[in-house]
Amino acid sequence: MSKQVAGAASPSSRSAGSRKAEMGDGTGVGSTPAPVKKKLSVLIVDDSSMIRTIHTILVNRVGVEVESKVAENGKVAVDLFRSGESFDVVLMDWEMPVMNGIEATKELRNMGVDSMIVGVTSHSMDTEKDTFMAAGLDDCYGKPLSIEILKNILQKMKTDD
Amino acid sequence: MPRFHGQSNHAPVDIVNQLQKQYVDYLTSLFHEGVLDDQFTQLQKLQDESNPDFTVEVATLFFVDSDKLINNMAAALERSPVDFKQVDADVHQLKGSSSSIGAMRVKNLCITFRSFCETQSYEGCLICLQQVKNECAVLKDKLQNLFRMEQQIVGAGGSVPLMD
Repeated sequence: MSKQVAGAASPSSRSAGSRKAEMGDGTGVGSTPAPVKKKLSVLIVDDSSMIRTIHTILVNRVGVEVESKVAENGKVAVDLFRSGESFDVVLMDWEMPVMNGIEATKELRNMGVDSMIVGVTSHSMDTEKDTFMAAGLDDCYGKPLSIEILKNILQKMKTDD
Repeated sequence: MPRFHGQSNHAPVDIVNQLQKQYVDYLTSLFHEGVLDDQFTQLQKLQDESNPDFTVEVATLFFVDSDKLINNMAAALERSPVDFKQVDADVHQLKGSSSSIGAMRVKNLCITFRSFCETQSYEGCLICLQQVKNECAVLKDKLQNLFRMEQQIVGAGGSVPLMD
């Protein structure tokens, strides 16, 4: 099965408002050492083990260096951030027990989390998606995610300034 | 049109070809009958040497999920008064997971089921519950056949065709 690695960055390495992954540039002798190429970290938040499995495989297939972790509800996701873990991208389901995606997104934004949070939901109506977006999402897509959409999301993260 | 991974290198080529054709015909029929949609193909494309049993694993997870959800729905419909919101929540979950595996008929049944939950139609919900149960059983049977055919192809030294 796909690798699931513990969340990477320590709190001190991520400043508020910064989402950029540092890229190595392979410069030659005598030049300033290139920054270490950082993998993108993705948190997959969904109460369905099936969806977590599918999205974990998808994330590992997009061709971007990435590490992923899963959470089975919004509270687990929030607790991960509270414990000092951080993620570049959060794929957030809406309907989950204990704490749903709307509550979790609001809580993360109130905590000052600036990760890209992308809603992933079975709710298909525009009004429903608007409600989810209003919680503080950066974007929202229907389930299941396709590899093309995921590529766009993660590529955007890699090149975002 | 099917594509093929790798080369067959064991059993007579005509046997492998026959098995592959039977597989393609069977899978094609599942698409034509509306049992599966393109999402299933997308899942198959994610299977590779590092995740050789991915499709089977996802299908297994789906059936564990769906059994649990169907039992929850049945229990909720037996209570008085019926908590239609709870039933609807479970149907919504099943719709999401069936959509993710490409189980088109199950997904479409869930859409109808939800409309009966919204109107709080007890009879409508009971009928839909039975239909969903039946459809999940049919899907399980057909996917088991499909996976068995895949094993036969691989056992004969062939490779499983991927539908485009």
